[in-house]
This record gives sequence, structure tokens and C-alpha cells, in this order.
Amino acid sequence: MSDDKNDPVEIFRGHVELDYQYTAGVSASRFLRAVEQGKFLGQKCPVDGRVYFPSRGSCPMHAVPFGDDSTVELPDKGTVVTYSIVRVPSENIPLELPYITVQVLIDGADTALGHVLDANLDDVRMGMRVQAKWKPKSEWTTSMANIEYFVPIDEPDADYETYKEHI
Amino acid sequence: MRDVAVVGFTQSPSLRRETDRNEVEILIPVIQELRAQTGITNDEVDFVCSGSSDYLAGSSFAFISGLDAVGAWPPICESHVEMDGAWALYEAWVKIQMGYADVALVYGFGKPSMGDVPLTMALQLDPYMMMPLWPDAISVAALQARMGLDAGIYSERDMAERAVRDRGNAKSSDVAQVKGDFTVDGILADPYIANPLRKHDCAPISDGASAMIIATADVANRLQDRPAWIRGFEHICEPMDFGVRDLNASRSTEIAAEKAGVRSDKIDVAELSAPFTHQQILIERALGLDDATNINPSGGALAGNPIMAVGLSRIGEAAKRVWDGSADRAVAHATSGPCLQQNLVCLLEGN
Repeated sequence: MSDDKNDPVEIFRGHVELDYQYTAGVSASRFLRAVEQGKFLGQKCPVDGRVYFPSRGSCPMHAVPFGDDSTVELPDKGTVVTYSIVRVPSENIPLELPYITVQVLIDGADTALGHVLDANLDDVRMGMRVQAKWKPKSEWTTSMANIEYFVPIDEPDADYETYKEHI
Repeated sequence: MRDVAVVGFTQSPSLRRETDRNEVEILIPVIQELRAQTGITNDEVDFVCSGSSDYLAGSSFAFISGLDAVGAWPPICESHVEMDGAWALYEAWVKIQMGYADVALVYGFGKPSMGDVPLTMALQLDPYMMMPLWPDAISVAALQARMGLDAGIYSERDMAERAVRDRGNAKSSDVAQVKGDFTVDGILADPYIANPLRKHDCAPISDGASAMIIATADVANRLQDRPAWIRGFEHICEPMDFGVRDLNASRSTEIAAEKAGVRSDKIDVAELSAPFTHQQILIERALGLDDATNINPSGGALAGNPIMAVGLSRIGEAAKRVWDGSADRAVAHATSGPCLQQNLVCLLEGN
């Protein structure tokens, strides 16, 4: 910009910043408090029995509210239903390139969880069996960051038929 | 025009701060209650339309999560407006008028306690000259109120009378946030928060949601003995620049009221959602209301102000008075933007 006060203003920078105090909500709070204890909670729709993970306030298909009685505990194992090898850096993901993002269908759940897989790039595949790698217990908080990443486990691949509806 | 009526309406309590529930969890029981009230299932709903603001939620596409409360399977025909639910209702009404739907579910919801509403509202102002100054919504409204006082259009006493009236009416409401017996002299003894506005001149900020079902004659007559027929429905927007608007009148409300046919006969009940007392006066004048009309029997926006739902709730409150026979003709008002920039008028009749 020119120092001459008589020159027209050509550039104007408007800074917008708003602060929020975010509320996770009743259902997500229940989920995160369980994660703090090292547990995964899903919620089971009373209409069709589908299990939603992470849990949410109501069934998005049938609009039935999920209460405490809908809660089911799930294991921290699952199946890779799809994946992507990332070779482009992203501002808020401080991982060394390349890395693998995966959609993991936790056993017993009907919705997949997006996370990162620590494995050889050549090994990752649909149907691969994986398990959560938790941070040391002393570092657990009410955050999904308690899970560092997923790792492959020594189990036969899941049959495509078992997860084809969840890709 | 097709005959379309309001046949169902539910709302959450207006609360300054919902401590545990997120905005979808506030909405879920409101939709559940609406289904129970009307018996209308998703199979019968042809169109769903919602009003909310991502600026209040502080995240983009926050409104999508609202569909969890509705249930979107099998796939539904759905739309959203980044406005009060009253405008979502307008879109649904147009959809029905065009013959694309017979029954519509409409809702508005918000959790403004998550952010700083008066500052967030500054983002509605023109982005070059006004918004960079970050004038908060209360200060902007106070400047308008000062103009009206200086022009002799209303007095501070007139303004306080609206607060006394609406908060007094709200005593019978089970969803209002601010209610009780106040006096004009008591209010006038309070200090200014933004001269000439006192705390009582300002609507509260409320977390909350409301929902409504509108339908054509077959369904309406099945569900209600006395459906609240939508006989006029208009919204008009004024320019963004304050300098070209008459801030001492609500010209857009006047035009909308004229097009909606508000003045053609006596109005029994009016439900207004202007968030400041001097704006209530401007809207009353624009609609041509006098003592013959019961104004804000629910308390209006001054008693409960669930932002993004408050306008839809006014239409619902007006409809309730038509259903129960206490009004033959009722008018509801919704507003958006700074200093009553955009206004919506909905005329409901029992016959």
C-alpha cells in the first residue's frame, strides 16, 4: 500500500475471528467418556438393529432417539473396508508421508470409522484385519486421540460378503 | 392458490444455555413430539425444509446433522435455508403451491449459546464499510432506537411498555425464558446497556428449536377441527446499506402485510418476533395493529428468542390461537438481518 494518504485504497484486509465453546452433546459425551476408559461404545437402533459407531443422538434412518439402553460396547478390532495412501501433506495431520488412511468397520458396528493405519504400503488391502493401538493409559483423555493408529493383526482377511454393505 | 394449513406445531423451551445437549439433541424430542401430535410419519411427508445458521454452530454444514432428528431413509426430498425456520416454511409453502408436495415438515433450530451472538451478527453487515468496525447487534439496534426517539416516533416509556406487556403475557407460557410482572417505572429505573436500550429492551438469547407440519386440505381437515389456513404469506428484503433505508419505519413489513392482505379485516392475534422493544413498535405500526389485536399472547421474541426458530415459533403460536378458536384471523411476523432488514408476514385464518 502507498504511504500517500491521497492515493485510493486498493487493498483492504478484513480479519474475521469468532470464538465458540463447543458442546459435544449427551451422546458424544457418553462416547468420549468411554474412550477415556479405553472402551468403544456404539448405539443399536431399536428398529432394525443396526449399530452406529461412534454413537450419535438418534438413528439417522429412523429418527429414533438413542438413550442409555441403546448403548452397546464394541471391541477395538475391525476390518479395513477401504483405504487411501496419502502422499500430499495436510496442515493438521503431522504424519510422515506417505501414510495410509483407512475406513475401519469395527466388529459389531454398521458404520465405519476413519483413521490411520501403520502398515507397509504394499500390504494394505480391503478385508485386512486391524486393531487399535492405544496410547499409554496414563495419557488417556476424553479424545479419540487416545488411539494413535490402527495396526494389522494376525487374522485371516474378512470375507468380502461380510462388509460389502459398509464400503 | 391451493388451500394450505398449519396442522402441527411443537417447540422446545427457550433456555439461555443448554448445558449438555447439542443442537441436534435439542431438536430430536421436538420432532418426536410433532410426530406424536399429528400422527404424521415420514411416509406421508413429501418435503422437509429447515432453517439454521452455521455461524451460530461455528462449523460448516452443521445443518446436515439436523436430519438425524428427521430420519432420511428411504431418501427424502429436503432443503435448508440459512435463515429462521419461518423462511423454511415459506419455501415449503411455495413447494406445495407448485404442486410438488402436499405435506411438509419444517423446523428451525439453533444453539447460539456456543458463540457470541451480538458479535456474530456483525457479519451480516456490509463487508467493506460496516462489518470491519465489528459493531455488535445491540449497539446497532441502539442507534436505530436513538433515531426513532429523536424523531419523536416513540418514547422510552413506550418501549418499556412492550417489555412489560410481553413478559407479562409470557407468564402463561411453559417455554418462555424471561417472564413475570414488571413495571414501566421499574424498567425505566434500570441503567442503559447501550443507550437508549436497557436490558429489558432486548430479547434474550435462547437455545431452542421448533417444528411444524403444513398440509393441503385433505390432510388438514383430517388432523384439525379448525386448521390454521395460510391466507397470505410474503417476505420482503430491504437494502444492506443503512443509509438508503428508512430506519424509523419497517417499509418491508408494510409491503409484505399489504401483499398478504393483513389489513383487509380485523386481526385478533399478532405474534411478532422483533428482538428489541422499539422494533416491536415499528412492526406494530407497519402491520397497522391497535388495541383491537391481542399482541404477543405467547410473549413473543422478548420472552423467548431461540435464534433461527423464533420466527417459525411465532407462526406456530398464532396457529395455536386459530386451532383453539380464540382467533379467526392471526398474523405472525419474522425478521432477519440488522435493524429489521428483512421481514416475513404470515396471515392465518380459521375459515
